[in-house]
Amino acid sequence: MLKIRIIPVLLYKNHSLVKGVGFRSWRRIGTAVPAIKVYESRQVDELIFLDIAATPEERMVDHIEIDQLADECSMPLTVGGGVRTTGDFHRLLRAGADKVSVNTGAIANPGLIDEASRLYGSQCVVASIDFMRRADGCIEVYGGGGARAAGKNPVAWAREAADRGAGEILLTSIDRDGTMTGYDTGLIRRVAESVSVPVIAAGGAGNYEHMRQALSDGKADALAAASIFHFTEQTPVEAKRYLAARGFNIRI
Amino acid sequence: MSVLIVDHRLCNIDSVARAVEKCGGDPVVSAAPQAVGKAERLILPGVGNFAEAMAVLHKTGWVSAIKDTAASGAVPLLGICLGMQLLASRGEEGGGTEGLDLIPGEVLKLAPSDAAPRVPHIGWNEVVQRRADPVFDGVDDRKDFYFVHSYHFVPSDPATVLSTTPYGQDLVSAVRKGNTFGVQFHPEKSMKAGAQLLRNFLALQPC
Repeated sequence: MLKIRIIPVLLYKNHSLVKGVGFRSWRRIGTAVPAIKVYESRQVDELIFLDIAATPEERMVDHIEIDQLADECSMPLTVGGGVRTTGDFHRLLRAGADKVSVNTGAIANPGLIDEASRLYGSQCVVASIDFMRRADGCIEVYGGGGARAAGKNPVAWAREAADRGAGEILLTSIDRDGTMTGYDTGLIRRVAESVSVPVIAAGGAGNYEHMRQALSDGKADALAAASIFHFTEQTPVEAKRYLAARGFNIRI
Repeated sequence: MSVLIVDHRLCNIDSVARAVEKCGGDPVVSAAPQAVGKAERLILPGVGNFAEAMAVLHKTGWVSAIKDTAASGAVPLLGICLGMQLLASRGEEGGGTEGLDLIPGEVLKLAPSDAAPRVPHIGWNEVVQRRADPVFDGVDDRKDFYFVHSYHFVPSDPATVLSTTPYGQDLVSAVRKGNTFGVQFHPEKSMKAGAQLLRNFLALQPC
């Protein structure tokens, strides 16, 4: 059986790892290489590394830096940040990324997903979708690191991205990000039921029970989390033991 | 030991080279087939599109170099992921393309099913060893390896199947014919078990 994946997320800004709340209030939490070494020693399932300063600064994540980080990383690595062209995909895959995450670049140019999946295969194209629940009850996709409403519904956008060739959806709730109050299981489930590609839930994990809910209620295929691992004593290994004890297929 | 890694410029070569180095091999990454003469092992890695990759291999002269190497029998060859699929006779991706035809069979698109609703097949899954082989020495049966693929290899001769992996159906996850091996999973991303498999490949006595 295919195993549920637990995926730590490393957010990178100005040569430092950071973590915020609701895509703001960034706190520095260390540097990248030691963090990757720790996750390497703990044999985590996968890692996601996103340069959140890249899009606002209108550049791509530094592929030379990724090359160095990938040297430390024998587990699968997804990289994102300011990806706008198939050339960006090429550089990141060459530098050691196994999958490339695209967000704002695909909102601006959805055809990027078609082209990248044709050239490099769907399996390395991750459509990253950040969404927010507005006061009027609408749910909307945001680009530019949560800065700009994209005028898209996340369920419809996820379906479009998958139809265009994205091999995975990384679905992040901006409202829940960093709050450690639980995943947005309602929307995760709607997306998971609308696409046939794997869905990675992100935003809101505060304890192992939240993770269980995202799997059983949200129907997620994988769980991304950051604050829970940075700011609490909880670890990916213990999360996996908790979920395995509750009947989920987990790689221990 | 000199391990030549075929660079068709479509994927992440570094992680394969690094893994080979950690396993005691001397990786040589080359986009040109002239380097094949000194190689003691040949690795064909790859992610991406079957038709694109075959077009690159044809254009760069790798197709005949790989086939000659396999025919000589002296240099074991390992195809990884797309590299395994390229060993097949034919791939259906991109309207149907001839493969290297080193292990008879076809490469077909995975279809979502109730038991395996998600395609691509991404993540850690069991490798069920169907027969004993030196490449699995020291690797537990049903050990998890990392997969990331949308197509799968369906060999026409069951005798070439080394392992299968349960995903709705029994996907063929490792094949062998003579000194030509293919694995659908990524040993270079499968940590300890993957490293063991690579070490075994380097230690093989060509048959």
